[in-house]
Amino acid sequence: MSDQLLVSTRKGLFSARRQGKGAWALEQVHFLGDNVSLTFCDPRDGAWYAALDHGHFGAKLHRSRDRGATWEEIGVPAYPTPPEGHVEKDFLGREIPWRLIRFWCLAPGLASQPGLLWAGTLPGGLFWSEDHGATWQMVESLWNMPERRKWMGGGADAPGIHSICVDPRDGNRVVVAVSSGGVWMTTDLGQTWTAHTKGMRADYAPPELVEAPESQDPHRMVQCPARPDVWWVQHHNGIFRSTDNAMSWTEITDVKPSVFGFPVVVHPKDPDTAWFVPAIKDERRIPVEGKVVVNRTRDGGRTFETLHKGLPQGWAYDLVYRHALDLDATGERLAFGSTTGSVWISENGGDDWLTLAEHLPPVHAVTFA
Amino acid sequence: MPRVAFTRNLQRHVACPPCAVAGLTVRESLEAAFAQYPKLRGYVLDEHGALRFHMAVYVDGVPIADRRALSDPVPEAAEIFVMQALSGG
Repeated sequence: MSDQLLVSTRKGLFSARRQGKGAWALEQVHFLGDNVSLTFCDPRDGAWYAALDHGHFGAKLHRSRDRGATWEEIGVPAYPTPPEGHVEKDFLGREIPWRLIRFWCLAPGLASQPGLLWAGTLPGGLFWSEDHGATWQMVESLWNMPERRKWMGGGADAPGIHSICVDPRDGNRVVVAVSSGGVWMTTDLGQTWTAHTKGMRADYAPPELVEAPESQDPHRMVQCPARPDVWWVQHHNGIFRSTDNAMSWTEITDVKPSVFGFPVVVHPKDPDTAWFVPAIKDERRIPVEGKVVVNRTRDGGRTFETLHKGLPQGWAYDLVYRHALDLDATGERLAFGSTTGSVWISENGGDDWLTLAEHLPPVHAVTFA
Repeated sequence: MPRVAFTRNLQRHVACPPCAVAGLTVRESLEAAFAQYPKLRGYVLDEHGALRFHMAVYVDGVPIADRRALSDPVPEAAEIFVMQALSGG
């Protein structure tokens, strides 16, 4: 059960702590004024990693081994040097730089792989570190894969890897999800990759590309830790679920108020229980009818409950990004933060929500620590 | 000897007081500064050694022409200034 929440925002990393039953409060800020794009808490050794996006000065990574008392700047991934004169363009002819723009996710290796970290980046990079983030190597097999050149930017100018799932049964089996560029699996620790998007569809693509792997825009992908054959994806096109270890996906339709959204989390023990934050899709990207709600299914997506107790139910335009919904290890405590600086916490699986903050900078990510 | 100075905004993130450097080009001069402050390199240059897109380097008040190889010559008593490329309002 986690009593601490880290909120990564456009202007700093904010820390909140539980004060007692149903009572949480902000207590500290790190990197005030800097753009903290995400924070990762390593469950193996307790280290915290904060990714900063300085804009002018580039993306940086800081690590704390004492829960935020002190931080040290560590290494960042480097993209390979392109061949002389090479200008890479995406599917639409837009230039894709071969340089680190931003960290988009950090994920741990297995407990048997101490120090092994995975990083997904913009543009379209997957990196790994074997020394707790001090140095990084690109997974060049994925970068050099011809299909990678069909990936495209969506909300961001360049495509990016935002979800990395390491199979708890086999650390050589890693699955990544790309916005926008599909779901890709390696079973040999990154030597080879195959697309795993069977059953997904992309209504927004030209008709002949609706089922193409690279057309798929999974916004967020999670794997149930206790039942790792079960996966959930909040896709641009809706909600998809796999029960055969990402070999195929089933679309879940008729979800009110919307099948669109960015984040998804799955219960750590119950693969049928997952949470989503619905929104109006595409060019609007706001809560339906100005009401902030969370959708929860407990039966594998057959039915959903729309949870709203304690959340604003009018004139609210909070959008929740893909990493801005988190669940603690018990599956009871949830938190989410919005682009308008609100953060809500639930201690009972989403039945009731309390407001932690209403005036923070735009929230990129929340993480139980 | 040329002298290189860095924007105050950069000094918030990484130590980089003004320093005298021995260098005939911008590249040589910045490398001499990075030798004194190794962390500074990644804040000014990208992973391929080019000037970051939103950074600017002036030599005696003139923006450098070669942002990639940093081959602009540096006179003996030049003042090199490294700052963020200001844009917008």
